[in-house]
Amino acid sequence: MTAREATLARIRAAIGDAPAVPAIPRNYRVRGDLEAGAAADLFAQRVAEYRAAVHHTDPDGIPALIATILASAGDTRAVVPTGLPADWLSEVPSSVSVCTDDGGMTTEHLDAVDVVVTGCAVAIAETGTVVLDAAPDQGRRIITLLPDHHICVVSVDRIVVTVPEGLHRLDPTRPLTMISGPSATSDIELTRVEGVHGPRNLDVIIATAGRTALVRDRSWLVP
Amino acid sequence: MALFVTCLVDTLFPDVGRATVAVLERLGCEVVFPVEQTCCGQAHINTGYHRDAVGLVQKFVTTFEDFEAIVAPSGSCIGSIRHQHSMIAEKAGDGELAARARAVGARAFELSEYLVDQLGITDVGAAYPHTVAYHPTCHSLRALGVGAKPLTLLRSVRGLQLIELPNGDQCCGFGGTFAVKSADTSVAMLTDKMADVLSTGAEVCAASDSSCLMHIGGGLSRLQAGVRTVHLAEILAATEDAAP
Amino acid sequence: MSDAPAPTAPIHAPAGVGMLRGARTFPEAARQALGDPQLRHNLGHATATIREKRANVVAEVADWAELRNAGQAIKSATMATLDEQLVRLEHQVTAAGGVVHWASDADSANEIVARLVRETGSREVVKVKSMATQEIGLNNALAQAGIDAYETDLAELIVQLGDDLPSHILVPAIHRNRAEIRNLFLRAIPGIDPGLTDNPSALAAAARRHLRQRFLSAKVAVSGANFAVAETGTLCVVESEGNGRMCLTLPDTLITVMGIEKVVPSWRDLEVFLQLLPRSSTGERMNPYTSLWTGVHRGDGPRAVHLVLLDNGRTSVLADQVGRDALNCIRCSACLNVCPVYQRTGGHAYGSVYPGPIGAILSPQLTGIEHNASLPYASTLCGACYDVCPVKIDIPSILVHLRAQDVEVKRARRDVPTPEAIAMAAAAWTMTDDRRWSRAQRSSRLARLVGRRRNKARGLIRSLPGPLAAWTVARDAPRPPAETFREWWARERGRDGQRR
Repeated sequence: MTAREATLARIRAAIGDAPAVPAIPRNYRVRGDLEAGAAADLFAQRVAEYRAAVHHTDPDGIPALIATILASAGDTRAVVPTGLPADWLSEVPSSVSVCTDDGGMTTEHLDAVDVVVTGCAVAIAETGTVVLDAAPDQGRRIITLLPDHHICVVSVDRIVVTVPEGLHRLDPTRPLTMISGPSATSDIELTRVEGVHGPRNLDVIIATAGRTALVRDRSWLVP
Repeated sequence: MALFVTCLVDTLFPDVGRATVAVLERLGCEVVFPVEQTCCGQAHINTGYHRDAVGLVQKFVTTFEDFEAIVAPSGSCIGSIRHQHSMIAEKAGDGELAARARAVGARAFELSEYLVDQLGITDVGAAYPHTVAYHPTCHSLRALGVGAKPLTLLRSVRGLQLIELPNGDQCCGFGGTFAVKSADTSVAMLTDKMADVLSTGAEVCAASDSSCLMHIGGGLSRLQAGVRTVHLAEILAATEDAAP
Repeated sequence: MSDAPAPTAPIHAPAGVGMLRGARTFPEAARQALGDPQLRHNLGHATATIREKRANVVAEVADWAELRNAGQAIKSATMATLDEQLVRLEHQVTAAGGVVHWASDADSANEIVARLVRETGSREVVKVKSMATQEIGLNNALAQAGIDAYETDLAELIVQLGDDLPSHILVPAIHRNRAEIRNLFLRAIPGIDPGLTDNPSALAAAARRHLRQRFLSAKVAVSGANFAVAETGTLCVVESEGNGRMCLTLPDTLITVMGIEKVVPSWRDLEVFLQLLPRSSTGERMNPYTSLWTGVHRGDGPRAVHLVLLDNGRTSVLADQVGRDALNCIRCSACLNVCPVYQRTGGHAYGSVYPGPIGAILSPQLTGIEHNASLPYASTLCGACYDVCPVKIDIPSILVHLRAQDVEVKRARRDVPTPEAIAMAAAAWTMTDDRRWSRAQRSSRLARLVGRRRNKARGLIRSLPGPLAAWTVARDAPRPPAETFREWWARERGRDGQRR
């Protein structure tokens, strides 16, 4: 008998022939009852509480805002995923070198990069969470991990209020990373300090819907 | 209404039983003390002697099942009666006893529950001109969910000044046989509880369980801290004519 | 051959491997911990901090009770269909390019992982914090196979560098304060800046520098999993520091060791647990990072993905209809932080990788009660653990259930009953008859003479004989009164007090 068969046999013997399977009471809150503006405000507030920097703009302001954030951080080497709207980097000065990761950048190369700029799949207001799903505007998981600074553009149409709403919008078969503030630890005296292995600086740009809604069309996800 | 005085109060703290009778009779209750009563078996059950406890459950159910209500001055005994007796009977394969135990358990009340929920009384007409810190006790708080009922009763007592006990919801460290089996840990918990009691500056530390009070009181006495431990029933029984 | 157990018989976690059994009983180990004032201060400070944080973030969730009910039901439904869920999980992980392995016990799981590492040609692995791999003693087993395992979670790093043992589920180094951690880093990390301060941010930065190159060059990672979704084959790791993301993303090979009880049936179930877990655990609305992966994602992350499904005594827990709820645990550690016993003794006293109230019900069931007989008694049954448990495990009731199991095992094993058993049987015999009981009460007044050094004026006894001496170490005992309640009642209310 293989370990598989033996384990399954032990489980069946343990639970017996007719185990009672309780119904799942799903009367918890699934939908948030906030309108879009209030959801974005709540998201901004909750993200900021985890010491991420929060910025607001309309879609036309994204390029200037990105350039400003890069300059104030002193970033000189940036990486972006292939599907990032090209105009987002249109105001980045030539002193900043920008690499587009086509899946071929090495670990060493990415480790030498200062900053990554991405979009996001979903943002959850109540928990201040952005979720990346490796779509073309977000890229491979590694590019948002090794640079010490992550600039994440969140279009308001991506913001939901609750965790259930957020998970409902995601495709579980994609590689998913849920991010709530910069990396942190509570391992010393259970006191939270920001900044360990993941990016130590997180800037979140909340962009009003509009032009970005078009580039965010996710119909390609449907097989 | 039947009084279940508990074996501990019966044997070691009869004044608590007399006070319980005094409060209930003052409020017009007809108190019956079925002399067949002994012990709820809580110590046996919580120490793992479930087979030995079956006879005690049987005894308790037989003694009390004819009464409309059963009142005890102990949150932990009522907790055992309400939540454990039927389990003990089921385990012994006695479904009939389990059903009777469930029915009796549903009519068994800790004193403050009975006064506030069943009688609807929050002012029992007591007077007790002392400063009091109240320890809510784990079983009253969590197994029974009596919440603020004891405090509500105490707030209506004339002359009584209630002082909030810091970390009140923390266990005092008694835990039945735990107090002897894990005596070091028990005493460490007691030490912190006593420090919290002393920090209030109150004259009296009160609770609704004589077992916790025996533990806290035993520690305070050893320290000669000058703080008395008094059962909730004794405070509620005190009047202006006969304030202790 | 004839006495080989039936293949379906429950098996316990084997002795001699892993970390589920302590060398001493709980009271013995607790005594030592209680004598360490620095430890008690560290624990008191840390648990008070996290209790307040948890209470605040739980209070803001209006539907917390409904989420707990759902969490409890999902877990119970999972256990009732565990075989089916694991087969679904295996199918989906395999379909997504992963490889599923089954391990009946710790030795078998360790052997599988060591073989998988050897097959990569690598002699070292980076590890994400995982209770399952601690439970089976994987690091030791890998060392014996010539493979170095590097813990990357900050607290696990602190424990590993100090050659220490974990003492908390979430924060294994909770027993250490910042000054102790600074001294450890200065001693154990080669090339560290000697000017390192004990500021937690500085200590975290030192860990980052120390592990960075390790992450970048690692070929194999070992992780646990918080959840595995049977419906989709998705695995989930919940973390804070980013060391998890590093391990799950950078190496070529990822080996996940997961207890079989961690499976959940549907993707939708995560919407419950991803709310319950962070708030109960670190007291945050959401932990910084949650990674979810389904098999191999081409061009993104590891190219070889393994899942080791671990029994190691879990099926014997499942076979106990009362005790099986311990398998519902999502390892948040809220019960540790509120436990008045844990707060004072710390985790080492429990002798298992699972300390605190959940450990007191889980460890004895995984090993068999004989091997952790003192743990079910390591509680006052105060119920604080049950109140905070996000999946509503009735820990006090299971403790009482296991105490009864222990009593029965001892009863069956010993020819001569213990003094406690005799006392309990005698008390029960006396108390099942009220006449015997009232006679016993009268004779117990002899106890008035038993108490030595009694304080007559205050009616107290300073010293009791026999096993009750432990009571009077720090507590006076009440002296039996001159008259019991029932004697008073008979005297005052003789007529009512007649036997009916």
